[in-house]
Amino acid sequence: MPVTTIGPIQVHVDAEGFLTDYDEWDERLGTELAAQIGIEMTPAHWQAIRFLRADYPEQGETATLRRVSTLTGIPIKTLFDLFPKKPAKKMAYIAGLPKPRGCV
Amino acid sequence: MTTMSTAPAIIPSFDDAETGRKLAIICSKGNLDMAYPGLILANAALGEGVETHLFFTFWGFDIITKSHMAELKFTMLGNTATHLPQGLGGLPGMTAMATHKMKKQIAEIGVPTVPEFLEQIVASGGHLWACRMSADMMHLDEDDLYDAVEGIISAADFIEKTDGAQLLFI
Repeated sequence: MPVTTIGPIQVHVDAEGFLTDYDEWDERLGTELAAQIGIEMTPAHWQAIRFLRADYPEQGETATLRRVSTLTGIPIKTLFDLFPKKPAKKMAYIAGLPKPRGCV
Repeated sequence: MTTMSTAPAIIPSFDDAETGRKLAIICSKGNLDMAYPGLILANAALGEGVETHLFFTFWGFDIITKSHMAELKFTMLGNTATHLPQGLGGLPGMTAMATHKMKKQIAEIGVPTVPEFLEQIVASGGHLWACRMSADMMHLDEDDLYDAVEGIISAADFIEKTDGAQLLFI
């Protein structure tokens, strides 16, 4: 498993760069990960990311875009604004989770 | 450790630069099971940042017709993949029962109904177009169609709008 350095922090990642260890993540790292892909975190971003973090251990998989929208009440359109173009993958990356595997 | 910290960070490539990739999906079937492939692929493409256009034509018109969109049906008839005797499919009530069962299975895996799915596709930036010839044949106009349909256009208009797109016919 490759190790990479995000800001001052070393983490384990997969070949693409998604974190592989749930427990290596904290919000400071989340902010660094977001910065790597050009996103500056705001309270609106954190609402989605905190949901993903809380949902993952319960479900055993990363929430899809629809699940994030349905359960947080954040409209899909807003998620596209917050995490442009590829919201589901970008949210997963910032939250230190694997890419969602669900289709919808 | 020292060498590791100088290595470039491994960061996913989200290909944010404009790729110009476009997808055109022609939905020509009005059965419940034939509505979903187009909707799922459109949604997936939008989630990957691909500009996506759907063109609803012939039986596919039901997917965007207000009075039918929530009532699409699934029939066993002519579909050997149900692995049941074909004669069963013709019995009264079988289509209703098969439709009910399929809708339940779809809902159980968290996939939205057809109207909700269209709403999600539009919220994700997808474009919905209705076929001019189908509208004329069925005597339908914009008022009969799902509100987010951007227009009733000819096949030629659609081809023009989707210049350079990858195309799927369903």
